[in-house]
Amino acid sequence: MGSLTLKQFRAPLLEPIDLHLRAGECQTLSGPSGSGKTRLLRALADLDPCAGEVSLNDQERSTFSAPQWRSKVGLLLAESGWWLERVGDHFKQPQTELFEQLELPKESLNWEVSRLSSGERQRLSLIRLLSNQPQVLLLDEATANLDQANTAKVEALIADWRKRHQVAVLWVTHDPQQRQRVSDRSWLIESGRLREAS
Amino acid sequence: MNLILLTPLDLAIAATLVVALALISLRLSLGIEGKLLIAALRTVIQLSLLGLVLKFLFVQSHPLLISALAIFMLFVAGYEVMARQQRRFSGIWGFGVGTLSMFISSFSVTILALIVIIQAEPWYSVQYLIPLLGMMLGNTMSGVAIALDNLTQNAWQRRQEIEARLILGHTWDQAIREIRRNALRSGLIPIINAMAAAGIVSLPGMMTGQILAGTPPMEASKYQILIMLLIAAGTGFGATAAVWIGAKRLFDDRERLRLDRLGKKHA
Repeated sequence: MGSLTLKQFRAPLLEPIDLHLRAGECQTLSGPSGSGKTRLLRALADLDPCAGEVSLNDQERSTFSAPQWRSKVGLLLAESGWWLERVGDHFKQPQTELFEQLELPKESLNWEVSRLSSGERQRLSLIRLLSNQPQVLLLDEATANLDQANTAKVEALIADWRKRHQVAVLWVTHDPQQRQRVSDRSWLIESGRLREAS
Repeated sequence: MNLILLTPLDLAIAATLVVALALISLRLSLGIEGKLLIAALRTVIQLSLLGLVLKFLFVQSHPLLISALAIFMLFVAGYEVMARQQRRFSGIWGFGVGTLSMFISSFSVTILALIVIIQAEPWYSVQYLIPLLGMMLGNTMSGVAIALDNLTQNAWQRRQEIEARLILGHTWDQAIREIRRNALRSGLIPIINAMAAAGIVSLPGMMTGQILAGTPPMEASKYQILIMLLIAAGTGFGATAAVWIGAKRLFDDRERLRLDRLGKKHA
């Protein structure tokens, strides 16, 4: 379980942010492209230099080593990276039930990464991330390459996962309907500021 | 010693061959005649100057003058390494990474060879130190340049893979490991190939020179073996140091991949 708290957090292009995500809560973030959504998520995952405070379960980020923080605050990028040939080599402990929920065959672990479609990549990278047992999820356009049916499965999986593991989710999405479907609270970026969407 | 002295006319004949090659390049529009002639001219000027400097140093064998020349050679080699990088580290690091690694490897191997193996008297005697250091630097320079270029290029191109690993909680060391290993390997392959082909396919330049100057072939062979082994060790240590420092520099204290520490791409 995990909650995420931002205090005067400074990400590129954005004014300082105060934000609190309770454990098990999902908040979405929307805004025009280039407004700094992805950069905010990257900064929260400590991939880019940034200033201000961010804490996991009220524990400040600086008390974690960088690899510890990143494995607890899991970031899913729109474009996933794969560094070995076989899908399965990227998993420490693949969780079978996740494959079932996304209706991917267990044999997909033996697939070659170079032959994956963009949709398969996206779903497999979500499974890879969840297998890592993060306590907070940062999702960047998690369903951008998926059709309606697969989008529904991914949304269901994330909803189920966050309730079961009490994981806080910050979800960047451009789709207003998805925003309404998945979020407890949603934010819009307007000229560098976060404004709560009605 | 039956050393046949070369006259300026002898060199002029060799030079006309290069000029003829430049004319062919012009005729076939290869577009390299300019570069070829400038490089040939540089060879003539630089080697003549080196001859003059060494002639002077043979007489004035002052340690300070010799170290000044050695440092100058190191800096020129450091500059060459930097100039061969398509994506160099910005700031002092662009020059520093290569220069420091060559200093660590070339200087220590050369000094070790002079004191322990050759036992020249004194150990900084110009006749041994400068040619040895020159050969060490020249070869280490290529290895370091190739390895560093490979490291930064691959880090740039495979950014997504590196960051995917960081995201999953890998340390910087795990995330760059394969890229670092490949970079080091690419820097070492030329010298391994050179050692494998030495004496069969290629007659190394130094040995050729010694034989032309009248050294008994067996003595020339022994020197060449010594040089090859030293070069291999020097190149290996130099490339290892460069790749290690370079890879570390690609990450900051929070183990973030910092490609912004590399400058713009040079052609």
